[in-house]
Amino acid sequence: MKCLYLAFISKVQTIYNTLLCIFNYVSIIRTQWICLVIKVGEMYINAIKMVGVTKTFGSVIANKDVNINIRKGEILAILGENGSGKTSLMNMLAGIYFPDDGKIFVNGEEAIIKSPMDAYKYKIGMIHQHFKLVDLFTAGDNIILGEEAPDFDIKAKKTFLKEERINIKNNKWKKFLIDVKIVSLPLGKLVAKLKFNWLSRDREKVVQAVADKYGFEIDLSKKIYDMSVSEKQTVEIIKVLYRGADILILDEPTAVLTPQEIEKLFVVLRGMRDNGKSIIIITHKLNEVMAISDRVSVLRKGELIATVDTKDTDEKRLTEMMVGERIELNIERTTPKNVKKRLSIHGLTCRNREGLYALNNISFSVNSGEILGIAGISGSGQRELLESIAGLQKIELGVIQYDDPKTEKIVDLRAKTPNQIKELGVRLSFVPEDRLGMGLVGNMDLTDNMMLRSYSKGHSIFLDRKSPTELAQTIVKDLEVVTPNMKTPVRRLSGGNVQKILVGREIASAPTVIMAAYPVRGLDINSSYTIYNLMNKQKENGVAVIFVGEDLDVLLALSDRIMVICSGKVSGIVDARNTTKEKLGMLMTSIPEEIEVFSEPIIEN
Amino acid sequence: MFKTKREPLFHLVKRIDVSKKYAWAVRIGAFLLSILVCAAISALLTDKSIGFFFKYLFNGTFGTKRTIWNLFHETAILLLVSIAVTPCFKMKFWNIGGEGQILMGALGCSVALVFMGGKSSDGATIVVSLILAFAFGIAWAVIPAFFKARWNTNETLLTLMMNYIAICLVNFFIKSVASSSTGTLTFEAGFIKPLGGNQYILFVIVAVVLTVLMWVYLKYSKHGYELTVVGESENTSRYVGINNKLVIIRTLILCGALCGLIGFLLVSGVNHSLGDATVEGRGFTGLLISWLAHFNPLAMGLTSFLFVFIDNGASQVSNYARLGASYPKVMTGIFFFFIIATEFFINYRIVFKKKKARNITDNADTISGEAQPIKEEIGIDKGYTKENITEEIVKERV
Repeated sequence: MKCLYLAFISKVQTIYNTLLCIFNYVSIIRTQWICLVIKVGEMYINAIKMVGVTKTFGSVIANKDVNINIRKGEILAILGENGSGKTSLMNMLAGIYFPDDGKIFVNGEEAIIKSPMDAYKYKIGMIHQHFKLVDLFTAGDNIILGEEAPDFDIKAKKTFLKEERINIKNNKWKKFLIDVKIVSLPLGKLVAKLKFNWLSRDREKVVQAVADKYGFEIDLSKKIYDMSVSEKQTVEIIKVLYRGADILILDEPTAVLTPQEIEKLFVVLRGMRDNGKSIIIITHKLNEVMAISDRVSVLRKGELIATVDTKDTDEKRLTEMMVGERIELNIERTTPKNVKKRLSIHGLTCRNREGLYALNNISFSVNSGEILGIAGISGSGQRELLESIAGLQKIELGVIQYDDPKTEKIVDLRAKTPNQIKELGVRLSFVPEDRLGMGLVGNMDLTDNMMLRSYSKGHSIFLDRKSPTELAQTIVKDLEVVTPNMKTPVRRLSGGNVQKILVGREIASAPTVIMAAYPVRGLDINSSYTIYNLMNKQKENGVAVIFVGEDLDVLLALSDRIMVICSGKVSGIVDARNTTKEKLGMLMTSIPEEIEVFSEPIIEN
Repeated sequence: MFKTKREPLFHLVKRIDVSKKYAWAVRIGAFLLSILVCAAISALLTDKSIGFFFKYLFNGTFGTKRTIWNLFHETAILLLVSIAVTPCFKMKFWNIGGEGQILMGALGCSVALVFMGGKSSDGATIVVSLILAFAFGIAWAVIPAFFKARWNTNETLLTLMMNYIAICLVNFFIKSVASSSTGTLTFEAGFIKPLGGNQYILFVIVAVVLTVLMWVYLKYSKHGYELTVVGESENTSRYVGINNKLVIIRTLILCGALCGLIGFLLVSGVNHSLGDATVEGRGFTGLLISWLAHFNPLAMGLTSFLFVFIDNGASQVSNYARLGASYPKVMTGIFFFFIIATEFFINYRIVFKKKKARNITDNADTISGEAQPIKEEIGIDKGYTKENITEEIVKERV
């Protein structure tokens, strides 16, 4: 009986084993199949989904009911004018703002992102427009900065060890060892922390591995202050990747780069996309959107207009979506008339605060009735150049001469303060790069800002607010400045309106020379065109215009001549009508052996 | 994976457009609340009732003719001090040396009184003591201003430390003039005569006149405009051709002169004596008053009045309830605490978690609204965008 029973059991067991085998096999296939399905599905998984997200600042609506999703392994461009809410939308993903309404889903799960730390935990990394790096640290230190030690869970380890202790039988020595281990757990935590914070300096190797994986060229032991803008950006990107971010948000990454650097960045971004990362890129440059993105989401006035596949659209349609109306993208360039030498600069040299040459032997001339464009990577000496002409910078060597159109005399502007220049009768207008930090006072209203240039007129000890008020009203009317009322502090206005006020004030003083540093930086297309038209109008009125720009297309279309400066030196002055973007890009990064100087007045047939 | 599904209980939103009416209403509310809290704390910690607190609070301020005059007199002194330091603050020059500058003014006045008082005519003594008070006050204000303009030193530290030098100088002067004195020097002759027989009225008149003048100076004069621009942004002032150094030194001369005047008035007009405690810390209280009024001279009248009201009233309460000299300080501390904390509520709005959150789920883009389990599980999107449709659905669900 027993024998039969055993035989039966063994039979059952064999059958069971065979069944199990088959089942296992099937299940393996099934898992593989499921894996495949998931893999296919993953391509369409929303890495991030924002539903009905709304954010207001006071009465200003930054985002209203925005629905955006980004899939795994794609590059989504977020396109919009300034003040259309691109950055604030992304700041909500990065944990800098918290949405007033709406929900955010990360990988299909609802996420509450309260701080940048939370964003890291959801593997979202943002590279801000203004880099957040410690200048005195090396690249490697900046990347590992703020990294948190892996959790050392004492309780879990204790229970684990205790279970192990129960399993051990008849070995007192081993039991004792485990006891010691349990007692010394807090010490272990301390050691782990110490090791993390001070001892394990080989993390640079890990960082290097991350950099190599994505093809970044970077010297991790280089200090940030020695780095160029593009290197700093690379550090920021590696930092985010090192933290294991799967979703990268880049806020206007190309604003500070040369065409060559932009191409390099795009190659890296494409590589990351193919690695399965999701990338969101904020920009308002259409050609870049077309070049890099898979899909485009267009925002206008805080609302999502549409999300389209890049391959199904073109620049024109995107522009329409962005600004809401069809606009002409051409800048009208007229032939200069009555060209006369207005400013001539010879051998201008000055040093910056660190004692390095900011400008090195710069010579050029500016003519009335033409626009001289100045191109160069930001920080190549553009600011110092304009400030030395305006009398705000100490000059070491060089001559700045002004040909007065009224008296036809030559006035020396070297080493004069702005007040002395004004007293000499030189009508020099300057639109500085830093609008609210230099050109205007953010906390003052329109009238008081208009007064900045004119308040000192007359002998009365009291202010004359009447004419500045009138000027403010004309500027608001003529340049279509959007402001709640005339008493609003200018810092509350959007970038475009601030710039209109500044340029309007500078033009109002009927200048003979206008210097504008990055006058359209951060402005939307409509405001930019207002500024271009104003500059063109001044040129037609016989004003000598110096236009420092960063968008080479605009410089090529707007200026008559373009001077390129590269690390404080002139690398060429070219005819804007007969040059190419690539040539400018080359001149921006390197100084040729023979420097071309184009100074002929332009005569067009 | 990080798993917090809870929405934070509240989050802060910065107010962009704060109307002045709202701001002042909140401040007045905070003042009333602070008095109520003062009363409640007094009633809880002593055996006296809340009614007792209010009775003597008003008794000590509006009870008799003398207390009323005292109230206005103290307000006027405090107002003058805050007026004196306001132009510096408007220029973002954090002059916390008002105390020392006033003390130096008092010292200058005392020098004249010691050497001329009783020996020459009162008129001559007053003129000389006024000039010396101005000179000493200006000197004490201009030294940090010069260092700031020339070498960009930190004005906060320098003005603070100058206070202690001033105290030492006063003590040195007292010891060297009257070696047997007990720390205060009393004078006999050479004072300003009380106006109309009332020794309080002079301060009140000077304070009112100077407040209005300062308001006009800051708001309507070119100097006032220049110093505001310098305070807002040094780059801008350089850009429009303002001489920063000149403006800093000029403003501090004004501040020092006003502080010297206060020192003169304190010694020659009221105290008729000099000690290192002549100013009674008003130099520091004045800063707070100026800050609380947001550097608006007219609003300073109100804030200084409220402060003195609580201070004087609380002294009366402590006299009658035998609570000791620290009691008024506690009460004014509560007052400041409330008023300063209020600024937070003026600048920020607290948004609480909404109870009826919108019912939005991840599969909101399923057009029919039916649950689609597989898609929900792995979150498969449809592969094409349905933003517009989603929007409609979201609206429907709301």
